[in-house]
Amino acid sequence: MNTQLRHVSVFALILLAVLIGATTYWQTWAKADLAARKDNSVSIIERLTIDRGKILAADGTVLANNRRTRKHGLTIYTRHYPGNDLAPQVLGYATSAGTTTGLEQTFDDYLTGANTNLSNTFKQELDKLGGQTVHGDDVVLTLRPDIQRLALDQLAGRCGAVVVLDTKTGAVVAMASSPTYNENLINQPHGYAKIGRIQGTCGEHTALQNNATVGLYPPGSTFKMVTAAAALDSGAYTPSSRFDDPGYCTEYGQRVSNAGNPDQNGPEAFGNVSLAQGFEHSINSVFCNVGMHIGGLKILDYAKRFGFYSVPPLDTPPSESNASGLYKYGKHGRRLWTPTSNNEIDSGRLAFGQFNMLATPLQMALVGATIANKGVVPKPYLVQKVVAADGSTVTKTTPQTLGQAIKPSTAAELNQMMQLVVQGGTGTSAQIPGIPVAGKTGTAELGLGSVYDAWFVAFAPANNPRYVVAVVVEKQPNGFGGSVSAPIARAILEKLLHR
Amino acid sequence: MLTAIGFATVYIALKSQLSGGSLGYAVFFFGLYLVAHIVARVTVPLADPYLLPMAALLTAIGVTEIYRLGPSNAFRQGLWIVIGVAAFGATLFSLRHDYRVLERYKYVFGVTAIFLLLLPWAPGLGETINGSRLWVHFGSLQFQPSELGKIALIVFLAAYLREKREVLAQGRLKDWGPLLVIWGIAMLALFVTNDLGSALLYYGIFVAMLYVATARLSFVAGALGLFLVGAFLVSQGTPHVRDRVTNWLSPWSTHKILCPINGQMELRQNCQSYQQVQSLYSIGHGGFGGTGLGHGIFTGRSGQQVIPDLNTDFIYSALSQELGLVGVSALLLLYMAFVLRGFRIALAATDGFSKLLAAGLSFSFAFQTFVIIGGITRVIPLTGITLPFVSYGGSSVVANFLLVAGLLLISNRANREGAVA
Repeated sequence: MNTQLRHVSVFALILLAVLIGATTYWQTWAKADLAARKDNSVSIIERLTIDRGKILAADGTVLANNRRTRKHGLTIYTRHYPGNDLAPQVLGYATSAGTTTGLEQTFDDYLTGANTNLSNTFKQELDKLGGQTVHGDDVVLTLRPDIQRLALDQLAGRCGAVVVLDTKTGAVVAMASSPTYNENLINQPHGYAKIGRIQGTCGEHTALQNNATVGLYPPGSTFKMVTAAAALDSGAYTPSSRFDDPGYCTEYGQRVSNAGNPDQNGPEAFGNVSLAQGFEHSINSVFCNVGMHIGGLKILDYAKRFGFYSVPPLDTPPSESNASGLYKYGKHGRRLWTPTSNNEIDSGRLAFGQFNMLATPLQMALVGATIANKGVVPKPYLVQKVVAADGSTVTKTTPQTLGQAIKPSTAAELNQMMQLVVQGGTGTSAQIPGIPVAGKTGTAELGLGSVYDAWFVAFAPANNPRYVVAVVVEKQPNGFGGSVSAPIARAILEKLLHR
Repeated sequence: MLTAIGFATVYIALKSQLSGGSLGYAVFFFGLYLVAHIVARVTVPLADPYLLPMAALLTAIGVTEIYRLGPSNAFRQGLWIVIGVAAFGATLFSLRHDYRVLERYKYVFGVTAIFLLLLPWAPGLGETINGSRLWVHFGSLQFQPSELGKIALIVFLAAYLREKREVLAQGRLKDWGPLLVIWGIAMLALFVTNDLGSALLYYGIFVAMLYVATARLSFVAGALGLFLVGAFLVSQGTPHVRDRVTNWLSPWSTHKILCPINGQMELRQNCQSYQQVQSLYSIGHGGFGGTGLGHGIFTGRSGQQVIPDLNTDFIYSALSQELGLVGVSALLLLYMAFVLRGFRIALAATDGFSKLLAAGLSFSFAFQTFVIIGGITRVIPLTGITLPFVSYGGSSVVANFLLVAGLLLISNRANREGAVA
């Protein structure tokens, strides 16, 4: 019988060993999947009992904290946003059910204390074993609430966005998206549906969307910054290159008339002008000829150097940002399109920002910042540091760059040309007494008659740039970049530079 | 003795982590263990020295977790442990000379096993809990007779198979008859009371002991085949069983289905497989190191217990969360060590009855552990059954102490004869 006994004992031990294997599977491999399940009561309770870290503005203003309640022996923390509608699309939200968006999503590990430095990890573990509340790390942003509020006030419920960057570091000083919503609605009954019904003056229900990073707008004449950069940097033109403007340019044997350009100021036909003057007065025929001469691919090549065709790196989830570039409309909506030959591109129209070009306000702010920053693209960032509950710094952001897009000399020439725009061109309403401002207007045609997306990209002081502002206001009836958006940029730059 | 002190320190450490006041419990159980130890030293001096400390440690882990989940239950469990130790002492004492007298009463054990199994079915006594009729009420005491029936059945099978092992191979109805009759009634009783866990356990014990006795793999294969056919038929006929299989194969549903519990449309994880799924969440949350004793999350937002039957059938999910992979692996290794010692006793035993009895007891111990933990960890369909020594439940504790007593008696005798020879 002993042989059988040995067999049965081995079998019994194998059965028990299988249990160790199964338990290992659930506690290691499957652990994350289990924890992410919506009906996981353990995760739900665990999340509620964590004192989630605060989100603070650059000046220490609390943008997100927790409300503490105690019931059934459990201390429960629910998210509260004291800033209400200040920056909901950037902060994102964290619901009791565990859904996160925005910075609440990307910094979830820090905010829940799951990701800390070595000494903190040890402390957290001790806290857990001691049954104490886990305190998450605080996230400190680069946003300035006063500028953010001003931007929202300036947009005044009109659909659009304002992005303000520190030109040297890439720090995001303001990122306002309109229409906005009160973030505290999220954790209220039917709050989500209420937010879904919010519509701006443009009639679109985009309150949840961060227009600054997701919104794709035809850049119109602001794209002339990119075309001019390509024209000058490639050596094909200088600011003083001469053009003859008969009021139109001829492309594919047909006339592309200036008359349709709402951005242009002055006479319809300027006659003999320089490239700089063409830029100053936003003359389409000049850029149409530049585009046809250097070719659409060359323009796109420079656009890519400024960051087009890739999602700009930012602290918010990549899914909450869009890449700028040429878009094609197909069965499944629009998608980014990379042409391979100049024949596919309407180079003349691309040169002044029409054709299939779409750009986000953040991307256009980066173009401005690059020109201001001597041709170097700064890497935008929203979070300056993460601070542990005990006050120690967990991580600190060091400003980085995304490479040299254009030569410093080209950047200086563009800077000069942009100053002309504000001094006597299409952007005079952005003038600030005593401070040189450089800017570029854009009034993008939408194919909706005289309803335009009004753009303005500006930086100041132009001689030693510190801040760049990109403004877009959607679907403005007879509203132009120079009349609608330039004053917004001026108000913001004024507040930033006049203490 | 060293091991005993070691276990005791661990136990005290575990207890004191919960609260200083519970130290009394620790001292009390340690005293109880000493009593059991002394009884064992006196009655079966040559028996295996490791089994009792291991059993005591498992009991201690169980009581600690039961205390953590609900202190009042720990007190009742304590009473049952006292009864279990008393039964343990009484068994050792009365059978210290020669337990093999039991062989003579094999049919008594067989009938007792069936009687105990059918008891919950008796009107007035039985109570249906969770769709299974497996509890008996004596006044205020609840009792699950199938646990004791298990021991009786093993004794019967050991005695019967020892006697008939040579002739069973001839396949005569005369020899197989009583075995199949008793077996058939046992299985029927289990299906009638819907106690699938015990049915599976009994069947496993039966097959294992049959194999040890006859060395016929064909019997094992036949029995397994019969089991699969039977299981299929039963699962077709009984919604209770069919549910278990569905819950096992796909505990999560992506669309809502009719929930038989509340008659509404629900996701399966919020209905039939709720217990299984929440138990997996509990295990997963434990991760590698666990949350630490007392820090697991077992209550929901409104204060209700998330997993029903947490301190009985699902105590392993509670332990997994609080002790983590490290802790429960150690626990399972302890079970393995226990089983290994049990089979060593079977190997060392000199007569067929002792070998079969020791093998049956050891295998039942291992298989019961497998059935419940395997069910919880989705290795096999989930069937409610207790985790030996650890789960809350009086009948289970008493039955398991009897099991240890049996193994010690066999071990004592084997070592005595080994020493003489």
